Amino acid sequence: MFETVFKALMEGFGESLKIFALTLIGALPLGLIIAFGSMSKFSPLKYFTRAIVWIIRGTPLMLQLIIIFYGPGLILGTNIWGIGSKGRFIAVIVAFVLNYGCYFSEIYRGGIEGISQGQYEAGQVLGMNKGQIFFRIVLPQVFKRIIPPMSNEIITLVKDTSLARVIGVYELIHFGEAFIKSNGLIWPLFFTGVFYLVFSGILTLLFGYIEKKLNYYRV
Amino acid sequence: MAVLEIKDLKKSFGKNEVLKGISFCVQKGQTVAIIGSSGSGKSTLLRCATNLEKADSGSIAYNGEYLVLDIDGQQKYAQKEELSKIRSNFGLVFQNFNLFPHLSVMQNIIEAPVNVKKMSKAEAEKKARELLSQMGLSDKENAYPCELSGGQQQRVAIARALALDPEVLFFDEPTSALDPELTGEVLAVIRKLADKNMTMVIVTHEMAFARDVASHVIFMDKGVIAEEGEPKEVFYNPKSQRLQDFLHSASL
Ligand SMILES: Nc1ncnc2c1ncn2[C@@H]1O[C@H](COP(=O)(O)OP(=O)(O)O)[C@@H](O)[C@H]1O
Ligand SMILES: [Mg+2]
Repeated sequence: MFETVFKALMEGFGESLKIFALTLIGALPLGLIIAFGSMSKFSPLKYFTRAIVWIIRGTPLMLQLIIIFYGPGLILGTNIWGIGSKGRFIAVIVAFVLNYGCYFSEIYRGGIEGISQGQYEAGQVLGMNKGQIFFRIVLPQVFKRIIPPMSNEIITLVKDTSLARVIGVYELIHFGEAFIKSNGLIWPLFFTGVFYLVFSGILTLLFGYIEKKLNYYRV
Repeated sequence: MAVLEIKDLKKSFGKNEVLKGISFCVQKGQTVAIIGSSGSGKSTLLRCATNLEKADSGSIAYNGEYLVLDIDGQQKYAQKEELSKIRSNFGLVFQNFNLFPHLSVMQNIIEAPVNVKKMSKAEAEKKARELLSQMGLSDKENAYPCELSGGQQQRVAIARALALDPEVLFFDEPTSALDPELTGEVLAVIRKLADKNMTMVIVTHEMAFARDVASHVIFMDKGVIAEEGEPKEVFYNPKSQRLQDFLHSASL
């Protein structure tokens, strides 16, 4: 029995992992773009971006999932996500990327705004152009600053992947719960917790390692 | 031709007119000290000269090439290639060093030579080592700024500026952020540069240093040059009441 359960849970975990990875791939760069928008000197763009970030961060991800999945169908009359599990999966990724992109953008923004004007000016008088200043001076320092808040957010994402089931995307908990109905077993559901623990444990170690690696300098 | 020529430079922040028409020249090999009480516009002057701040009117030229030229009340700034060429004429040492904390001493110094001047890394490192030895920091090339004292950091910042071979080097209160016991080592380095006829413009509150090292002293007061001349004249024979008061309060 354990082997059957473990195999099923591994499959569910694979789905959760896919949501996790695709969210990061989309949200890490999207967050940077949103951060630039929210720091723009062009104030309509700045306020528009900040309003979006406020809405996304101020409402539950579960609600966003439901609206993003059902909304287009109700408003436009067509289901833009396509039918079946593939369509639901795409909607989940879109919602997660948007949600986490907004959270990451605030972390990036805090990191970028924390870099002193003097760093930009030092680069400028040395003749560096804007791109060189940003990528060679600012970004490496931002990277170090944002590791602790990023690690928190990314570990939250591990657990948030379970929300995908509200629009019927099968992930780890769904697979665990299925054993209650089919076999009357409760322990597989509890056992899913072990997966989350191990995975977030590994991430904690990884971020701890990166943080230590970056400790060769202080600001 | 003057290395630096500033004519009738004006700059306001909102309604606050900070520079009210500043004109002066710096000749090759000169060490110019700028003194004056806090808020008189010394930093703003240096920031305009180094293009960190845009002037409202007036002109700034390096070796006859205009960073900014006043054409019938319109400020025309040098662009792109012209600008980077003019910029290569000057360097600036900040009050609070502004070293790049994520880069080692060596990396701080070679960053611009390699990435801006496109010097080879080997050549840039060779030059950096010479500069570090001049600064008395030969053993620190692999250290990070956070591992250095303020005086050491400022000497690295000077080496970083010198690595680009500027014709004129500006200093904005290079020792004001330092503990008193560390100012000496930085002033000694600047004095050595003066002895080698490096062209420098130094904003400083170290009156004895200005008197001994400068070839020309400018006293700024409320956005104008209130008095200027040879150090002996300025310090021992001040003409204006304002300079007399300032020197009195600076208690030389
Ligand atoms: N970026 C700025 N925005 C507004 N006011 C400024 C700015 N920089 C300087 N000032 C004002 O300009 C005046 C001169 O400042 P500054 O040039 O720093 O003087 P100093 O270096 O002689 O102490 C001060 O009144 C200061 O408040
Ligand atoms: Mg100042």
